[in-house]
Amino acid sequence: MNTLPPDFLVHDDRDAVGVVVVEGVAAGDDLSGWVMDCDKTISLAVNDPIPLGHKFALRDIRNGESIIKYGENIGHAVTDIPKGDHVHVHNVKTSKW
Amino acid sequence: MSDLSFFGYRRENGRVGIRNHVVILPLDDLSNAACEAVANNIKGTLALPHHYGRLQFGEDLELHFRTLIGAGANPNVAAVVVIGIEPGWTARVVDGIAKTGKPVQGFAIEQHGDIETIANASRTAKDFLHAASELTREQCPISDLWVSHKCGESDTTSGMGANPTVGNFIDKTDVMGVTNCFGETSEITGAEHLCRERAVNKEIGDKWFATWQAYMDEVIEPHKTSDLSESQPTKGNIEGGLTTIEEKAMGNLQKIGKNARYIDVLAPAETPEKGPGLYFMDTSSAAAECVTLQAAGGFAVHIFPTGQGNIIGNPIEPVIKVTANPRTVRTMGEHVDLDVSGLLRREMNLDQAGDALIDMVVRTCNGRLTAAEVLGHREFVMTKLYRSA
Repeated sequence: MNTLPPDFLVHDDRDAVGVVVVEGVAAGDDLSGWVMDCDKTISLAVNDPIPLGHKFALRDIRNGESIIKYGENIGHAVTDIPKGDHVHVHNVKTSKW
Repeated sequence: MSDLSFFGYRRENGRVGIRNHVVILPLDDLSNAACEAVANNIKGTLALPHHYGRLQFGEDLELHFRTLIGAGANPNVAAVVVIGIEPGWTARVVDGIAKTGKPVQGFAIEQHGDIETIANASRTAKDFLHAASELTREQCPISDLWVSHKCGESDTTSGMGANPTVGNFIDKTDVMGVTNCFGETSEITGAEHLCRERAVNKEIGDKWFATWQAYMDEVIEPHKTSDLSESQPTKGNIEGGLTTIEEKAMGNLQKIGKNARYIDVLAPAETPEKGPGLYFMDTSSAAAECVTLQAAGGFAVHIFPTGQGNIIGNPIEPVIKVTANPRTVRTMGEHVDLDVSGLLRREMNLDQAGDALIDMVVRTCNGRLTAAEVLGHREFVMTKLYRSA
């Protein structure tokens, strides 16, 4: 496999979030990503510094909307989240407990 | 790879171990000091101090006995000296372990005192150790192997790399006749619909769901004071990018792969009795509690995928650490047995990572010490269901 290492991964083509897999991502960086389930390459600019392992929005997400990752519902937005923004405990909550 | 084999110790009951411990096992917290003294006298024996064993009752007491007897019965253990404050419950543990056919002897402290008990138990431990040291490994088919699985200090790289690697291992070894086990009841929350569907049939799926629901109703709901954030997911999970229990559960469930189906649901520390296959054990998601219960269930080697770097070990069941997080490899590599961070860089694929894990498991079974063993991690932690009487 002689592909360039991706900056972020996406589990499923339906997902609303990507996960940064490199260190040192800064606001405004243009990132290349790999969608694992369909082996597709995409690119996107982030609005915030995103630590290794953290998520960002692949599209605009509305307040109250379910967050899709692995093609499944992993919680809901508690504010509007613009495409490229850091997605974490400050703007997403569990729908379980 | 179905002719895969390893070199292990075949015990009296036919089970195969990968270590050859002589264990000095306390019945109760009061007997820890004597057990540690015996282990200090007889070099090469292993004391398993723990915190409980007094005034427990009901299901909690049954679990205490099942855990102690299971730990002694584990095939990684060649022989056991049991020490308790009084002879009755001490004999109950001894009798339970004796069913395996391995050498086991009990000592009670009352009417003897620590010093005489330590002297007597040390002589027996010395005899047991001499005998164990002459046992030799023999070639065993991979189907003799029992492997448990639990992830910890997970982050998003766990769900992308380390856990799918374990899933690939389970898919491959399930068809080789290996006995695999996963657990962590509360941590399936958010993926419970998917886990239920992975049972071999509806009856077992319903049994699993009832187990999960009971944990929710009896443990989580009565005691929670918030949405459990910082407990489940943990502070470390959140630092690593995991936001919700649902996200953590989805990553957790990557461990059971794509094809294998669990054939039964075990109570905590219960030994599988349906033959080779994948089992679920009802456990908490705390690493040391879960691995201790799985060791007591009879599992010989543990695979532990981690993201942020959980450092847990177990005194009788070697714990193999797998991570896909390149920062964890860089900053705490001494805890990592298998680095699969190449998955995230697309330098390796899942099939290659799974094969690398099978190779590391076989090497560990053959005698390679894990990072946790070398670093002295011996977390033996009993699960307590409620307060004592």
